[in-house]
Amino acid sequence: MPPPADIAANGAALAEPPQRLPAGAHTGDRLWNALLGVFGGAVLLVVGVIVLELVKVSRPVMAVGATRFLLERDWNPVVDSFGALPFIYGTLVTSTLAIVVALPVSVGLALFLSEMGPPRLRPVVSFAIEILAAIPSVVYGLWGLFVLVPWLRSTVEPFLQSTLGFLPLFQGPTIGLGFLAAGLILAVMILPTVSSVTNEVLKTVPASLREGALALGATRWEAIRIAVLPYARPGILGAAILGLGRALGETMAVTMVIGNSPEIHASLFAAGYSLPAVIANEFAETVTDVHTGALAGLALVLFGISLVLNSLARILVQLVSRGPMRGAAQ
Amino acid sequence: MKKILIAFAALAFAGATARAADTLLVTGAGATFPFPLYSKWFSDYNKKHPDLQFNYQSIGSGGGIKQITGKTVDFGASDAPMTDEQMAKASGIIHIPTVLGAVVVTYNAPMQSLKLTPETLSGIFLGKITKWNDPALAKDNAGVKLPDTAITVAHRSDGSGTTNIFTDYLSKVSPEWKEKVGKGTAVKWPVGLGGKGNEGVTGLVKSTPGAIGYVELAYAKQNKLPTSTLKNQEGVFVQPSLEATSEAAAGVEMPADFRVSITNASGKTAYPIAGFTYLLVYKDQGDKAKGEALVNFLWWAIHEGQTSAAPLDYAPLPKPVAAMVEKTLQSMTVQGKPAQLAATR
Repeated sequence: MPPPADIAANGAALAEPPQRLPAGAHTGDRLWNALLGVFGGAVLLVVGVIVLELVKVSRPVMAVGATRFLLERDWNPVVDSFGALPFIYGTLVTSTLAIVVALPVSVGLALFLSEMGPPRLRPVVSFAIEILAAIPSVVYGLWGLFVLVPWLRSTVEPFLQSTLGFLPLFQGPTIGLGFLAAGLILAVMILPTVSSVTNEVLKTVPASLREGALALGATRWEAIRIAVLPYARPGILGAAILGLGRALGETMAVTMVIGNSPEIHASLFAAGYSLPAVIANEFAETVTDVHTGALAGLALVLFGISLVLNSLARILVQLVSRGPMRGAAQ
Repeated sequence: MKKILIAFAALAFAGATARAADTLLVTGAGATFPFPLYSKWFSDYNKKHPDLQFNYQSIGSGGGIKQITGKTVDFGASDAPMTDEQMAKASGIIHIPTVLGAVVVTYNAPMQSLKLTPETLSGIFLGKITKWNDPALAKDNAGVKLPDTAITVAHRSDGSGTTNIFTDYLSKVSPEWKEKVGKGTAVKWPVGLGGKGNEGVTGLVKSTPGAIGYVELAYAKQNKLPTSTLKNQEGVFVQPSLEATSEAAAGVEMPADFRVSITNASGKTAYPIAGFTYLLVYKDQGDKAKGEALVNFLWWAIHEGQTSAAPLDYAPLPKPVAAMVEKTLQSMTVQGKPAQLAATR
C-alpha cells in the first residue's frame, strides 16, 4: 500500500484538483462526471445492501442479544445455542500466526528481489512467487492435508513440544490438524501478496538515500537498515495488513486443515474453527432460521473485523509516515 | 459488417425463442447425495421425452426445502423429511421417496475387519472409548489384533443429511448421546475433527493413523474404503450393502406421508444406519403442462428409474414401499383435477 504513504508525505505540496466542474463545462465532461459518480456510488450501494441483508437475516439471533452472541463459547445447532467466540478466536489466531511467519520471510524476499539478489536470478524468483499466488486455495488445502499435516504430526510438533513444551502454546496431543497447520498454510498463501507489495515499496526508495548511506561508509546491510527500511516502513506495514486481510477471509484451505471444531484452546496444536470456514460449511444445510441467522451474524462479525483492521491500518500508516521516516526522507 | 451482426443476433434470438416454445423446462433444487442418480434419470427421461428438460441444482437439502417452500422451483429434494415446523410453512407439500442411502463407518487401523455394536460406536463418538484395544472393542472382535493406539474421531464439518442419519441412529441407540448431543444436519460433536464432505472425512481418516469416521455407503464403495460391520437391532452383525439398506426400509412401519426415520430398523438382515432420500412436490400442481410432466416423471422414476439405482450404488425402494408411492402419485392433482398418468391410462 505505498500510495497512502506517498500521498501523506507529498499531499501538502500538490495543488488540490478542482472538486466541481465549472458552470460552462462541456456536455461530454458533465456526462463523464455523472458516469463516474454512478460508478463510485455503486460501490457504496453494494456494500450497503450487503450489510443491510446480513442484518436482516441475522435478526433471529441478534434478538437473543448481540453481546451474548459475541461472547458465547457454545455453538450447538441442535438446541439453537449460538456463540461466535470460538470462530473469532480461531480466525484471529490463525491470521496472526500467518502474518508473524510470513512478514519476515516476505521482507527478506523483497530485499532479495530489489537489493541483494543476483540480477539474473531475480526474475526467476519473482516468477516463482507469482506462481504461488496463482495456485487455487483448494490445492493448498489438499497439500496441507496430505503433506504438511502428517509432517507436523510426526516431526514438527513433537520437536516443538520437547523444546518449547513449557509454553502453553505447544502443549497437548499432536494431531497435526489445528491452528498451527492453518496458520502455516495461510502464511504460504499470503506470502506472494506481502512480498510483491513490499518489493514495490522498496523500489520507491530513492537511490540517493541508499547511495548516501553507502558513501558514508555503511555496509550494504547497514544501508538497508538505516536508509531503506525506515523509509519503506509504512508501505511494508500496509503490505502486512493487505496480507492479513486475505488471511482473515480465506476459507477453503483453512477448513481443510484447521480441524473444524468450535473450541478455544491456548495450544496451537489444538483443533479450532474459523469464521469463513463455518459459514461455508453449514450454510447450505441449515434447518432453522436461527441457525441461518447465526451464520449471517458471523458474516457480520467478519465484516466488522475487516473494517476495523483496515481502519487501523490506515491510521497506523499515517502515524508511521509522520514518524521517523520523514526525518530519514528529508 | 454491422448488418451481418444484426442478422446473426436476430437468428440467435429466433432460435432461442423457438427452442423455449417447444420444450418444457422443469426446475428443481436440493440434496447433493442423490445428484448423480437424478442427473442420469433426467438425461434418460429426456431421451424418451425430448420435449421435456430438467434443470436440477444440487445446493443441499436445506436449500431445496427453502426453494420449494418459496415456490421458486417446481420440485425440491431432501435427504431428511421436512420437520413439522417446516411443513407448517408450506402446506400441500408431499414427500416422494426415490431411493435409499446408508452411512458406513470407515477406519484407519491395521485390522482386516472391525465389528461395532451400538454401544461401542456411540462410546467412540462420545469420546469414552479412546483406544483401539479397549476391552469393549476387544470383546466383539475376538481373534482380531487391535492396536494399542489412540482413536481419532472424524466427522462432517459441513451440514449434511449424512450427519443427520448418523446422529439420528446414535440418538436412538444411546440415551446418553440423545441427551448430550442430539440429532441434526450439524451437531456439537463431543470429540473429533471435522472434514468437509465425504472426501474431507475420508481425507482425515486416511491421513490420520487410528482415525475413525463415517461416510456414505456409495462413496465408500466407489473408493473401496474399509468398512466396519454393525450390530443391528436383532443382534446380527451386518455388512453394509445395498440389499441390507433396502431391507431397513422394509422393516419399518411406513406412515402415509413417508416422513419416517428408518435407522435402527428391525429385520435380521437390515443395516441399521440407512435413510430415504425424497423429492418434494406440491400435491396439487398449479401449472397444467408442468404438473402432468412431473407426475409422469415421478411414476417413471419409481419404476423404470429404479433399475439405474444399484449400478450407481443407491439402494432401490423395496416393493411394498414402491406400491405405497404409486398410490400417492395417483392421488396427485393438477389444478384440482386428478393428474393424467400416461403409464396407467
